[in-house]
Amino acid sequence: MRMPNRAREIFVTGAAWAFGLLWALPLFYALWAAFHPSAYATHFELSAPLTLQNFIHAWHAAPFPRYFANTIMLVLGIMAAQFVVCTLAAFGLARWKFFGSDILFALILVQLMVTPDVLVLENYRSLQKLGLIDTLTGVGLPYVASAFGIFLLRQTFKSIPKELDDAARMEGASTLQTIWRVYLPLAKPIYVAYGLVSVSYHWNNFLWPLIVTNSVETRPLTVGLQVFASVDQGIDWSVICAAALMTSGPLMIAFLIFQRAFIQSFLRAGIR
Amino acid sequence: MKSFGMKHFARLTAAATLAATFIGGSVASATEITFYYPIAVGGPITKIIDDYVAEFSKGRPDITVKPVYTGSYQDSIVKAMTAAKAGNAPDMAVLLSTDMYSLIDDDLIEPVETLATSAEDKAWLKSFYPAFMENSQSGGHTWGVPFQRSTIVQYWNKDMFKAAGLDPEKAPGTWDEMVSFGKKLTKKDASGNVTQWGVEIPSSGFPYWLFQALTTQNGAILANPEGTKVAYNDPKVVEAAQFFADLSLKHEVMPKGIIEWGTTPKDFFEGKTAVMWTTTGNLTNVKANAKFAFGVAAMPKKARGGSPTGGGNIYIFKSKDKAKQAAALAFARFLTTPEKAANWGIATGYVAVRPDAWETDAMKKYAAGFQPAIIARDQLKEAVAELSTHDNQRVTKALNDALQAVLTNAKPAKVALDEAQAEATRILKPYQK
Amino acid sequence: MQAKRTTKLNIHVQGWLLALPAVILLASFTHIPAVVTVIDSFYSTPRGRVPSVFIGLDQYQAMLADPIFWRAFNNNLLYAVVTVPVAIALALGMALWVNGRIKGRTALRLAFFTPTILPMVAAANIWLFFYTSDYGLLNQIIRAFGFANVNWLGDPATALWSLMAVTIWKEAGFFMIFFLAALQQVPPDLYEAARMENAGRFTVFRRITWPLVMPTTLFVAINALINAFRIVDQVIAMTGGGPNNASTLLLFYIYQVAFSFWDSAYAAALSTVLLLVLGSVALAQFYLLDRKIHYR
Repeated sequence: MRMPNRAREIFVTGAAWAFGLLWALPLFYALWAAFHPSAYATHFELSAPLTLQNFIHAWHAAPFPRYFANTIMLVLGIMAAQFVVCTLAAFGLARWKFFGSDILFALILVQLMVTPDVLVLENYRSLQKLGLIDTLTGVGLPYVASAFGIFLLRQTFKSIPKELDDAARMEGASTLQTIWRVYLPLAKPIYVAYGLVSVSYHWNNFLWPLIVTNSVETRPLTVGLQVFASVDQGIDWSVICAAALMTSGPLMIAFLIFQRAFIQSFLRAGIR
Repeated sequence: MKSFGMKHFARLTAAATLAATFIGGSVASATEITFYYPIAVGGPITKIIDDYVAEFSKGRPDITVKPVYTGSYQDSIVKAMTAAKAGNAPDMAVLLSTDMYSLIDDDLIEPVETLATSAEDKAWLKSFYPAFMENSQSGGHTWGVPFQRSTIVQYWNKDMFKAAGLDPEKAPGTWDEMVSFGKKLTKKDASGNVTQWGVEIPSSGFPYWLFQALTTQNGAILANPEGTKVAYNDPKVVEAAQFFADLSLKHEVMPKGIIEWGTTPKDFFEGKTAVMWTTTGNLTNVKANAKFAFGVAAMPKKARGGSPTGGGNIYIFKSKDKAKQAAALAFARFLTTPEKAANWGIATGYVAVRPDAWETDAMKKYAAGFQPAIIARDQLKEAVAELSTHDNQRVTKALNDALQAVLTNAKPAKVALDEAQAEATRILKPYQK
Repeated sequence: MQAKRTTKLNIHVQGWLLALPAVILLASFTHIPAVVTVIDSFYSTPRGRVPSVFIGLDQYQAMLADPIFWRAFNNNLLYAVVTVPVAIALALGMALWVNGRIKGRTALRLAFFTPTILPMVAAANIWLFFYTSDYGLLNQIIRAFGFANVNWLGDPATALWSLMAVTIWKEAGFFMIFFLAALQQVPPDLYEAARMENAGRFTVFRRITWPLVMPTTLFVAINALINAFRIVDQVIAMTGGGPNNASTLLLFYIYQVAFSFWDSAYAAALSTVLLLVLGSVALAQFYLLDRKIHYR
């Protein structure tokens, strides 16, 4: 009984490892290409010299610093706005049964399916009317009232004991004060989780910003990377790989450092 | 309400002008124009444009040019159209010469001759190569000015020709030579995998352009000058498509399936192919990256030689503000003086767009040291207008899809092109008045 | 009595006031555009100086006769049918591995999850390189095993499958997290009991693990299905829908018709189809997911 068990364990571990390696392969390949001179991009020699030249080249070849700034402003702006708008709506829906609240909630959930990028053309026209084409506000606005955020916070708020709410009211706190003093502190982990999900979603979002932005001043990293990679004059893989890694760098590094918290928060945000 | 608004605005402007005068400088009266320029990579090329802009504003302090780098040609036309539909059109833009009909149909661009009215302006409009102007004119109007124009040329690896026992100084001059040279140049390893191809003609994204070289050589013209009719299933076109596919499927001198435009130069540098077809716009890139002796040649001949032109025109957009249009015209003229045209050609590898640019000292010196530049220019004698019609994206997509079907052996050439012709005819029907 | 009524009224007003910003935004970017899209699909596209006119079902007739639409639609169905189960199966496998006492668990989890963090556009560009014919890594590997070169993205037979592989690569790690959460909630004494009875690995999985992760599987499946019909990034970045539309998907075709052909009415008709598809997934979710999970 013992031996086959052990053999099987080795086999399972081996298979898992082989699979993990396979999964990491495209990334390792990109790392290899990015850190070696172009000439070695497709030739694997241990003696190949390491270089940062591809990163330097990419950094100077396109306005990546500006793209970074745009993306950071965008993701933080969306997150902040989502926190405010979703908290307010979620609180009402969690605590009160007001006129039409059920239908409202059902209508909100529609957005889980029909995200703004499904309705690209119509949303583009709306932004046009508002004069928000080629602005960061325009990129972010359709995502501010997030059904996911409202849903998540509503579930969380529901689990907070009503007595705490009543106690605050007794002391004469208004609704907003109650939210601020009671609900926010208790739901803090959920906000962290939701914030991380939101940031990583919008850091990676592509189609909508591609359509809405026209200029370097508003273009986020993903669009900037695509613009950079679709050259009319042939591709230098090493530089493209360097740029691809660079644009995802901050998120990746954050992930490496806060791995545990990151996964926990994805769990928390997804499961409830 | 309105009058209040106007008055208010006038007062504000007056105040601003006053303030500006105090601060010093004529800035307040400067006409600002936006200039969309398609560029994917920043680096050297954005810098050249920025330098041109700086130099221009030195001579014309009353005009401020704001360049906007809009990405690939495809991105750029999307950006320009969407911005224009939002009432926020650029004042001028460099866009594909083939976008002309779309821009006309949406009533977005101004015929240049209505703006260029002085004798000097008129002479300027006559100073370009006629082959390039074919893609700028329609219905008696001149809608655009050639700026970064190219043709297709073949680049060949002289070392590989030598190794295959061919004359390293002679590129394939005919279709037959493409095949016979190709067979000598295609090499396989022990397990039968090809390690080196005879030729690569890219077929991703916009295969119609490279294909148009083949149809031109076979003596066919793909569209009428009005852009209302195409001849996709002309027997000569079918024959050209068959030859395109045969290169890989029958003669096996070209990789099978779709050949990616973007990676073809890399294949050439890596020694995966002995010959590649690509734009003259790649000259500078190849010169910098090829680690072997290479040559540049005009297209091979069948019934004749020749290539379509390609690349971008300068367009001036419709605007109520005549000052902006005048400013745009001034900048367009600045960008296309013989000196600038020469300078731009040298820096990028595009073909300098007017004959007198080749008489400048800088160009003479460059061409003397770099023969391939002359090849690109001389091929203009045989060049034809790039395929361009009304509803251009759709009409060319029909051809692109047909070509990809033929190249991947999904459909016979005749069937695929008959279908493409039917589709194109359907799309073009509303334009045939 | 009076006071109580005021509070009640107050609740209705306050509830709507709190929801108001969200309501306005959702209405302007989800509900109204959805309705307008459907209406627009019954009109013609305005061109230059020609205004749009009511044309009834003409757009839909054109759509039924449009081979590219059918290609996109069928491709998208195939995409969903393949990527959803495969990604889920792999995700469950990964979760089981990472949940067990395997050596190098953290590194494995990292390898599986990292693709999720990567922007799709960045991943697509890396995979483009990976897939390049002749010298791309994938071809170098299969050549080393004596197989012939494959032009992965340039052959209609493999282009769509190559895109699917990228999607699976990117999504499996994300779904793994959900399964991991579910697995961690399985009471350990269940496994203990199973071990006492000397149950085999497979029996344990079939009798204990699978039933317990079933709701998660459904939840993940629905989300994956919705995602499958919204895929567009990798098509734009990797194939542009080619060769000969072999890798065109619905949202990509909508993007092309809307922003490259400028045929807004036809794009509206295509979007309506996409809305219908998403709507049916939503109904499926309502009947399957809500019943099985919440009311169990």
